[in-house]
Amino acid sequence: MKVVVCVKQIPDPATPYTLEEGTNWLVRPSEQVLDDTDRYGVEMGLQLAQANEGTVTLVSMGPTGNAQGIRQALAMGADKAVIIEDEGLRGSDALTTARVLAKAIAKEGFDLVIAGTESTDGYSGVVPQMVAELLDAPALTFATSVEANGSDITIHRQTADGYDVVAAQMPAVVTVTAGVVEPRYPTFKGIMDAKKKPVDKVSTTDLGVEMSITQTVVSVTDAPERASGRKIEDEGQAFQEIISLLEERKVI
Amino acid sequence: MATIWVFVEESNSAPSPLGLELLTKARTLGDVTAIYLGAGSDEAFAALGDHGAANVLHADPGSRLPSAPIAFALAERAGADSPDLILFGQAYSDRDIAGRLSARLGLGVLSNASDVRLTDDGVETDHEILGGVQVATASMTARPSIVLVRPKSFTAEPSGGAAPSVTSLELADTGPSEASITDSHAEEREGPQLGEAAVIVSGGRGLGSAEAYEMIEKVAKPLRAATGATRAIVDAGWVPYSKQVGQTGKTVKPDVYIACGISGAMQHLVGMKDSGTIIAINKDPDAPIFSVADLGIVGDVHKVLPQLIEALQNR
Repeated sequence: MKVVVCVKQIPDPATPYTLEEGTNWLVRPSEQVLDDTDRYGVEMGLQLAQANEGTVTLVSMGPTGNAQGIRQALAMGADKAVIIEDEGLRGSDALTTARVLAKAIAKEGFDLVIAGTESTDGYSGVVPQMVAELLDAPALTFATSVEANGSDITIHRQTADGYDVVAAQMPAVVTVTAGVVEPRYPTFKGIMDAKKKPVDKVSTTDLGVEMSITQTVVSVTDAPERASGRKIEDEGQAFQEIISLLEERKVI
Repeated sequence: MATIWVFVEESNSAPSPLGLELLTKARTLGDVTAIYLGAGSDEAFAALGDHGAANVLHADPGSRLPSAPIAFALAERAGADSPDLILFGQAYSDRDIAGRLSARLGLGVLSNASDVRLTDDGVETDHEILGGVQVATASMTARPSIVLVRPKSFTAEPSGGAAPSVTSLELADTGPSEASITDSHAEEREGPQLGEAAVIVSGGRGLGSAEAYEMIEKVAKPLRAATGATRAIVDAGWVPYSKQVGQTGKTVKPDVYIACGISGAMQHLVGMKDSGTIIAINKDPDAPIFSVADLGIVGDVHKVLPQLIEALQNR
């Protein structure tokens, strides 16, 4: 079974994000990290590939930088990575991203594409569904569990009320929620092996994707600030401040 | 007059609150057609009319996973009806259908919008970014424009509109994109729900352990509050995803929000910062949560919460 996992390198969420002057694009340092939500997809892919004598290929779009995020996913056990890096992709929108990913995935060949439900830096939350459409495949989304055998796939799909059991024939695209599986930590051997694994870099020209970005950020302004409140140090009696405020708001 | 389509999903035999919020906004922008996903009923259609829908395209895919059949049908229909704008909510089915539809039409989408305005050749949308500290305004050239709006961006209000004219949306075969729903499970839901409660008590990583979440429940009970959580502790498996407040969880606007052991990551702030009154308890005096708190308590949740629980129980 050929498993492709979409992964993204993002600026470390523990650091403050800043926007580029003029374009208002997110500033991306060369040291980016693997989006934490992608670890679940990588783990899911590794488990399914192992159970079905398969391979796991990572596909990622964006500035490579020092590729430490990609190496992190390779160190978990993925076999190879394809990175699409192109100056023309800066500021690209969700549909352009999906077109690029879909082309790269189709070129690799796939039985199953796994992605997170949304990235932690962009949050558009629609790219995997677009990829599915472009690949003529079903999109089994928001999975809290996945079973796949190469010809059939069944997931538990998170809903507002609980979950649905959703089934389809492969090839398919699936998006996984955090907690679908427990991601492994790379071993020392995994980290060493990752350095030798193939990382192919391709451009949009290589893939034959035509760029047509139709959206721009026209302005960024400060949101109206909340009136600043009181901050007090707890010296054993702070809970009474909460009680008073709850009384004032007529909650109690 | 512009033509606006609004996707509305059925929830408990009625239009979802999110769908009614979108209809309320849409009727200020043009003539509204609701795309209604669900079993449908005269009462449900009347509610759509009462929130501004003049027409309803009703889709009931039964046991088919709705995303592909509805996206295919809407793509075809969009060619004939040429809507100017198609509004979705930032919710599960909405995202699935909007994403597919966008790729099928070859037209972009704007996600996570908090407001939307029509322009001569597309739309302009507002987006809260960097945890809601800033607002980005984006513009897109596309007809139709597809926009996903965050829940609670607009307040649902009846328009007193008449019963709409209802047409069935024909759903075709989607070939290899087909998927089916073979079973449905509803989670046991106890106590007040996040979307409706006037008071919410939420816990984060600062609680230290899954067991400590019990304190959140004990504070919530006497306040008849719903209980919430950050993504960090949901990912850690301490509480189910249904409790998650934030960018990837629920957007809430209760009268009072009590954040316990929550540092205030961007992901969380954007889901709760519009609450009426915010009370935060956190050890770190520099935690970002204090920037939105009306009452911030720099302290240990393991000390403050037991005292608070006792005080509430003794009342």
